[in-house]
Amino acid sequence: MSELKSKADRRFQLFWNTFFVVISIVALIPIIRVVSMSLSSKDAILGGKVFLYPVQFTVEAYVRSFHSGSFVSSFIYSVFLMLGSTFVCIVMTVLAAYPLSKKNLKGGAVIMTLFVLTMYLDPGIIPKYLNVKSLKLIDTVWALIIPEALSAYNMIIMCTAFKGLDSSLYEAAKIDGCNEVQTLFKVALPLVYPTLATLALFYAVGRWNRLSDVLYYVNSSKLYTVQMVLKQLIEAVKLTQEEGIQSQLVADNIKSASIVISMTPMVIAYPFIQKYFTKGIMLGAVKG
Amino acid sequence: MKEKRIKEKARKIPFKVYARNTWQLYLMLLIPVIYMLMFRYKPMIGGIIAFKKFNVFAGIWNSPWVGFAHFKEAFGSKDFWNALVNTLILNIGDLIIGFPVPVLIAVFLFEIRNVHIRKATQTILYLPNFLSWVIIAGIITQLFSTSGLVNDIFRKVGAKEVNFLSSPFIWRFVYWFAGIWQSAGYSLIIYLAALTATDPSLGEAAYIDGATRLQRIAHVTIPQIRPTISIMLIMQLGKIVSIDFDRPFMMGNTLVKSASDVISTYVYSVGLQAGRFDFATAVGLFQSVVGIIMILSVNQISKKMGEEGIM
Repeated sequence: MSELKSKADRRFQLFWNTFFVVISIVALIPIIRVVSMSLSSKDAILGGKVFLYPVQFTVEAYVRSFHSGSFVSSFIYSVFLMLGSTFVCIVMTVLAAYPLSKKNLKGGAVIMTLFVLTMYLDPGIIPKYLNVKSLKLIDTVWALIIPEALSAYNMIIMCTAFKGLDSSLYEAAKIDGCNEVQTLFKVALPLVYPTLATLALFYAVGRWNRLSDVLYYVNSSKLYTVQMVLKQLIEAVKLTQEEGIQSQLVADNIKSASIVISMTPMVIAYPFIQKYFTKGIMLGAVKG
Repeated sequence: MKEKRIKEKARKIPFKVYARNTWQLYLMLLIPVIYMLMFRYKPMIGGIIAFKKFNVFAGIWNSPWVGFAHFKEAFGSKDFWNALVNTLILNIGDLIIGFPVPVLIAVFLFEIRNVHIRKATQTILYLPNFLSWVIIAGIITQLFSTSGLVNDIFRKVGAKEVNFLSSPFIWRFVYWFAGIWQSAGYSLIIYLAALTATDPSLGEAAYIDGATRLQRIAHVTIPQIRPTISIMLIMQLGKIVSIDFDRPFMMGNTLVKSASDVISTYVYSVGLQAGRFDFATAVGLFQSVVGIIMILSVNQISKKMGEEGIM
């Protein structure tokens, strides 16, 4: 287009380039702010000197967060919980998706419909809670794994991935004497690896960030995830703010440090997450 | 012809052979199916306590029926209406304020040629999507509290301090703003993908015909991604009565209860905290039923209007 060189176009480009740089900076400010607070001394925060960079740089808040045993232990526990729960979720998803991806499986369509319906029919919190309770899972780590172990949405994505494989591969495997289990592990799973990784990330991020089920199903603080511990920390500060008491503001840099620490797994994983999630969104966006 | 013959052959496979080939598949399905029945359908049946006077000792089955008493009580309760209205207000605000933002960002981001800025913007806007509502609420509180960044700036320019987090009216805008910050990046990626699939020659033709850039955006670009926009809209409209728990629960506080109490938090406080399982189940059931009706009707209406549905 000859428009490429026109003056109006250059003005347009300049304007929108600047606009998006500003938007990006604005979107980053909340994160920059919390990081600077976490690296500032409490005097600087109390004096209202901290703006968008650390004042009187100190890592004291991090040292103190690490020394408070409960935060560190809940962090480690949350990491293991995330890994374990993701593993369970992936196993369940594959176990359901692989058989249902077979066109000739008798009864497959009925089972698939039952799974799809679960996406629209929500029993609500209380019946779910009573169910978990009747299975004696309340206050166990399983309550944080099993109730969300299989998402019908993710299962359909997985199923679509299996269906997308060339059927001649399955036939070849069959002729070579593979049974279904062998075909799944040796032929199908290696080929759907990108989808598998995407779904694992979906599940992992979901588990790491979810607060509600910890609140519903767990009472003992041993089983509190990072999000729950962080919630208590934040809420302690919230209360004092509402009452207008500024004395506990000391906690502000500690609170910021805790927020930053609980953000790190997601931020470190973000490059991978972005790559796979972008694909994952597209998988989900395809109407199927 | 050939296909048909093969199909007939397949149908004639004796049961023994079929079973030998597929028993492992059924074995695999066994666990997820049992799981689905236990954790998805069994609670649905447990939902009948919405019509019963639930007694923990008698259990779900032996508790006495009370018909629609809990529903009547809910409709007569001020707290319930407050929660329902708040749910609608917060969702409608998300729709009106939040929905157009990623569409506009996507359209203009797609127009700029600087790849680095385009990529960086996309990456930065998508990041908050991976932060939990606990973290976001913590960060937002820091920004908007009376001693927060925004009020610091206000004070510096000599403006009056604003109580963002204690005035129910202003709090809603903070809630909507946080929603945009958290989720605009996600929709942005969907719209950008839709834009990549559009035909650039149409825009060029319009240019040759003398259309200005804004005319091209309004009449060429946006109509091309209309199916995507309408699907996103349907999905959001279908969820207008349902609300996620973590966001209002974490963003709200006791001072803005009159604006931040929504169905999900109401069910939590009445059901799990106060222990009125039957009543809370009725409220949840009401929400689910209205939710399904909404999804089905929005889907139907959009199909009638010539858009693609989601089902």
